Amino acid sequence: MQFMLLFSRQGKLRLQKWYVPLSDKEKKKITRELVQTVLARKPKMCSFLEWRDLKIVYKRYASLYFCCAIEDQDNELITLEIIHRYVELLDKYFGSVCELDIIFNFEKAYFILDEFLLGGEAQETSKKNVLKAIEQADLLQEDAETPRSVLEEIGLT
Amino acid sequence: MSDVVEKTLTALPSLLSLDSQPGSAKLSSTSKLGNLIRGITELTSKHEEEKLIQRELASIKEQVSSPNTSMRQMKELMVRAIYCEMLGYEASFSYIHAIKLAQQGTALEKRVGYLAVSLFLNESHELLLLLVNTVLKDLQSTNLIEVCMALTVVSQMFPKDMIPAILPLVEEKLNHQKEIIRRKAVLALYKFYLIAPNQVQHIHNKFRKALCDKDPGVMTASLHIYLQMIQENPEGYKDLTASFVTILKQVVGGKLPMDFNYHSVPAPWLQIQLLRILSVLGKNDQSTSEIMYDVLDESLRRAEMNHNITYAILYECVKCIYTIHPKSDLLEKAAKCIGNFVLSPKINLKYLGLKALTYVVQQDPKLALQHQMTIIECLDHPDLIIKRETLELLFRITNAQNVTVIVEKMLDFLRVSTDDYTTIDLVGKVAELAEKYAPDNEWFIETMNTVFSVGGDMMQPDIPNSFLKLLSEGFDSVEEDRKLRLFAVDSYVSLLQGEPGKLPQRFLQVISWVLGEYSHLRAELQPSTVMRLLSKLLDTKNTSSETKTWVLMTMTKLCEGAAGVSVAQEVSEAYSSSLDTVLRQRAQELQHLSQDSELRARVVPRDAGLEPLEVDSSLSFLDGFVSEALAAGAAPYKPPHQRQEELAQAKALSLEPYGLSLPISISSCSIADRQSPTLLSMSSGLSGDSTDLSHKGGSTTLKLDGVKRVWGKEGYLAQREPVEETAQVEVPSPFRSPSQQAEADSSHSQTPTPVPTPEPTQEKQQLASSLFVGLSSQSSVCLMGKSESAPQRFRRKAKSPSSSSGASEQISNSLVSAPSTVDNLLCDNLLDTNITSELAVSSPTQTSQLSQSLTTANGTCDVELTDTKGSNHSLIRDISVAVAADPTPHEDPDKPKDLCLSSHLPAELSGFSHSEITPLCSNQSLDLSACHVQQKDSLVLVVFIYNSSDSDIQQILLELDSDDLEVSGVCGSPVQEVGSQSVAVCQFSLSVKRPSVHVEVSGMVSYQLPVGTPQSAQFSYNLPLTSFIRPLTLSTEEYGTMWLAFSHDTKQNLTLINEGQESLAATLNVLKKKLQLHIVEIIGLEGIVACRLLQDQPCLMHCRVHAGTLAVWLRSPVPDLPDCLMYYCQRALQEH
Repeated sequence: MQFMLLFSRQGKLRLQKWYVPLSDKEKKKITRELVQTVLARKPKMCSFLEWRDLKIVYKRYASLYFCCAIEDQDNELITLEIIHRYVELLDKYFGSVCELDIIFNFEKAYFILDEFLLGGEAQETSKKNVLKAIEQADLLQEDAETPRSVLEEIGLT
Repeated sequence: MSDVVEKTLTALPSLLSLDSQPGSAKLSSTSKLGNLIRGITELTSKHEEEKLIQRELASIKEQVSSPNTSMRQMKELMVRAIYCEMLGYEASFSYIHAIKLAQQGTALEKRVGYLAVSLFLNESHELLLLLVNTVLKDLQSTNLIEVCMALTVVSQMFPKDMIPAILPLVEEKLNHQKEIIRRKAVLALYKFYLIAPNQVQHIHNKFRKALCDKDPGVMTASLHIYLQMIQENPEGYKDLTASFVTILKQVVGGKLPMDFNYHSVPAPWLQIQLLRILSVLGKNDQSTSEIMYDVLDESLRRAEMNHNITYAILYECVKCIYTIHPKSDLLEKAAKCIGNFVLSPKINLKYLGLKALTYVVQQDPKLALQHQMTIIECLDHPDLIIKRETLELLFRITNAQNVTVIVEKMLDFLRVSTDDYTTIDLVGKVAELAEKYAPDNEWFIETMNTVFSVGGDMMQPDIPNSFLKLLSEGFDSVEEDRKLRLFAVDSYVSLLQGEPGKLPQRFLQVISWVLGEYSHLRAELQPSTVMRLLSKLLDTKNTSSETKTWVLMTMTKLCEGAAGVSVAQEVSEAYSSSLDTVLRQRAQELQHLSQDSELRARVVPRDAGLEPLEVDSSLSFLDGFVSEALAAGAAPYKPPHQRQEELAQAKALSLEPYGLSLPISISSCSIADRQSPTLLSMSSGLSGDSTDLSHKGGSTTLKLDGVKRVWGKEGYLAQREPVEETAQVEVPSPFRSPSQQAEADSSHSQTPTPVPTPEPTQEKQQLASSLFVGLSSQSSVCLMGKSESAPQRFRRKAKSPSSSSGASEQISNSLVSAPSTVDNLLCDNLLDTNITSELAVSSPTQTSQLSQSLTTANGTCDVELTDTKGSNHSLIRDISVAVAADPTPHEDPDKPKDLCLSSHLPAELSGFSHSEITPLCSNQSLDLSACHVQQKDSLVLVVFIYNSSDSDIQQILLELDSDDLEVSGVCGSPVQEVGSQSVAVCQFSLSVKRPSVHVEVSGMVSYQLPVGTPQSAQFSYNLPLTSFIRPLTLSTEEYGTMWLAFSHDTKQNLTLINEGQESLAATLNVLKKKLQLHIVEIIGLEGIVACRLLQDQPCLMHCRVHAGTLAVWLRSPVPDLPDCLMYYCQRALQEH
């Protein structure tokens, strides 16, 4: 996979993950063009797009578009399921996820994505394992955080 | 609001995650990030947003650089900075702080720090070097989470040069007790393998351990590496096939933990990865393919649920089945699967069905025939993607009979397409089809007119170039050439009389060149009329100055008579003071030449297109400049093919339009890329000669007709004959002959229909019949062993003489041969090379099959020739082989002869090594084979003429010719006569005229049988340039003087064959062994090597070990020789 973009129906970018090294200028250009192209497509149309020399696989969930760029020899259908699995993971983690969850907690969405896809390849396809990894990291976060913030509270306020 | 409350609120969603509470996000909207986000949503204009973000960024900037900011606050700031960057505002000031956060924060802050780093930077960013120590530290941490974070970031990006620093630590993690660490370590190594393959070469056995890991996740991760490695070198991993098959069997059989199920399908990602690996392993390998037939069958069987994920697996299965060595019942099932896809109402599946059809149609054109009505419907599909894929499919099945309809469909699409990439791609395809299958001149010129108008200035420059070359070189018949050119002239004159301002510049350039060269063919057309039309172009505002130079050059060719001269004077005055120097130059030329008609006739003679033009392609006069630039630290020049390779390796996203889709030969590269584009087009304008370069390589890709012929009716298709017949019956064929049909089709699609077809379905059937006409009729034609009904129209003169039609003629000749037994094949040289009639009828597929086994079993006498009936071979392997063996599709019975023929090698040559004896051509009376013998100072081509008939053959005349080679006979008198069933040997000495990577000799043998008319046969023989390379023994001093004297050079970095102390010597020894070079001296990290091209054309090589690669510099007085040799050096090292 070359990159993954999440954007809203209004064309606002919600998440971007690039697995190929590109300059910021190129990324912006690609994002702009792609968002336009995908938003212009009608609901009943094919989920796959040929765009430049890439294959774009996209799917809409409520108000959010999930969009992946893959190479020609890659399997389009499995990419569609990668998107779906990611949505399932988000859903499980946030508890019936909505666009706002992703807007306000986008770093969490990134953490989940990083546990699921690594370097553009599916890393772990077991839903349980991905969520376990995230929970462990989150737990550690709480442990490390609580005592310190109490101390700081005393010092600061 | 205190920070603590904020923190708690932000943390809440994750705490609540298990109770699945909706709307948790709203809770965090009170944080600073929340404020920012809410602030943005309340804004109404982009301008306001920008102001707000800039304010936000300024405040972030202030806080991050303040020494009082705690790491905890820093984490929050980073999240906001990421958000701003996502909105498209640059926050580069925060990059360094992100690295600091990853370095100094506690685990929690580190996590955000690493995330920010991975989002902000890419692997070539220099700040990434600062992360190396942090990663190193975290890899050694006892905290699992920290190790995980480090491995995660490493698998996404890491500076290539720093890999050795952390490699041992990552390797160690392969043995970690936690599977998550092992898995991430494997993926990190995969990343390393992608960016620096040689760094991880030594740990291949550890990959094997990962493959055998008890945790399915780790094993799955290791498959990424294996797929990559196997794609690069399938041969090295054949032994693993059984293991992969076993794994797939277990997965399909549901032996994995339930966790890995996805919608109750067991580990689909793993299945697909395994199927991809298997298809690479089984490609062109029958025995390996046989191992996997069972499991593929089972996969097909198990994947029956109606869900996307099963279709994904099925699709991969189908691809695999069509890639590996074919098995009939699997192919049948796969074909059924494709049918289900194509017929599916789900649009995604339909798309994949079309894609799969496109993939398999070359092997199995009848499959497209079965689905013709669906394909026709897809042509009118509202979704352009479906349409586009359908056209791609049609492109693959185009032949001489359906070309007009298909091209018309493609042009229709082009006219509405708005996407530049699609346009460029399709225009190239239309041009290719038009050139290959054009039914007549008018159609060809009109189609190309549309191509030029629609393709505009975006299209690949080689399209107009090869079009002009085609016009100037002409074809087989002088009269046809004249007609074509005349038609072009007429067509262009009428275009210019219309609204030429709307035409693209490239088209105008083509028009002006053609008019300059050929408008004299139309006698009634006054040159001055043409010049006036052209001068209108000069006055048009949109005309680019490049086009204007083309126009001026055309005028220079045309300015005849008083009227012409006066126009010329007018124009040249207007432009002789132009600011554009090239234009000015042309104007000056025009002025002078229009006044001096005698000089003009010498400078621009009529029909000069055929005269070769001397071009110093190496631009040797720039050597001084280049070496100066190199000394000043400029990067050495890399030829495009190498750059492309590197680009491909980097897997970078190409933002440029598609590169040339046609492979370019090295020699043409070196010329094309050393000249500026303008220079090239200038020279093409003058002579039309240098335009051919890119095309020569291009024609090698026109494999389609060869492929189709190969497929034939062998294998499982034979069993499906009934289906095919019904398909044919369905096709209404109101036309009598294919040529009439093609004509009628074109009129059908362009003008009101000659046959009234009121109902839409009937219309569609009509379309179907015209689209798929070639597919059904062609196969029946093949069955009867006839040559293709409509041979390629624009067959290049210069091309190898035995192209498609020639080859099929040979096949039909063989039909006449008298049947005889094959038993005495093994008898010394009393070889019976006649084939039985059964064999002849059995189609080219078998022929190629045999030719293939010929190449593998070369040199042995015990080859089974009888393996021709009923065996279900063919498919991919045969296709590739058949393409290679295309000029000689009929060499089957020669097979056992190799050994025997070698006994005919002249005694004086027997001491030297000779190449494999390759069949050249054969027919019912003669078999020609050849090999080349490398002697110390010469290369001898030995041609064996074997008379397989029962009578003597007389007046044999063997003529050889080559563009690249000098050919001279060795033995005094050429062969005149060959007795029945005996062999005559001719020798030719070859030397290189003009180096190119592969050189070709084409030839013709003509002879007379005792009864009947004189006959002839054509053939060609390819040999690598390396067979002309010999060592050149020199002293270091001599080397030094020669080095300075040579003007043509090339530089490139090649891979060293192994790391370590002796890598230079080892690499040079490989080159010495494989390419016959002479190592003059090795001094430290540098080596000098010399060789010569026969007879005495030296080429010197200087190499230096630098940064793990071998910087090679080749120099020679011969143009192109360094480039070609570089190619072989690169290959030799890659193959090692």
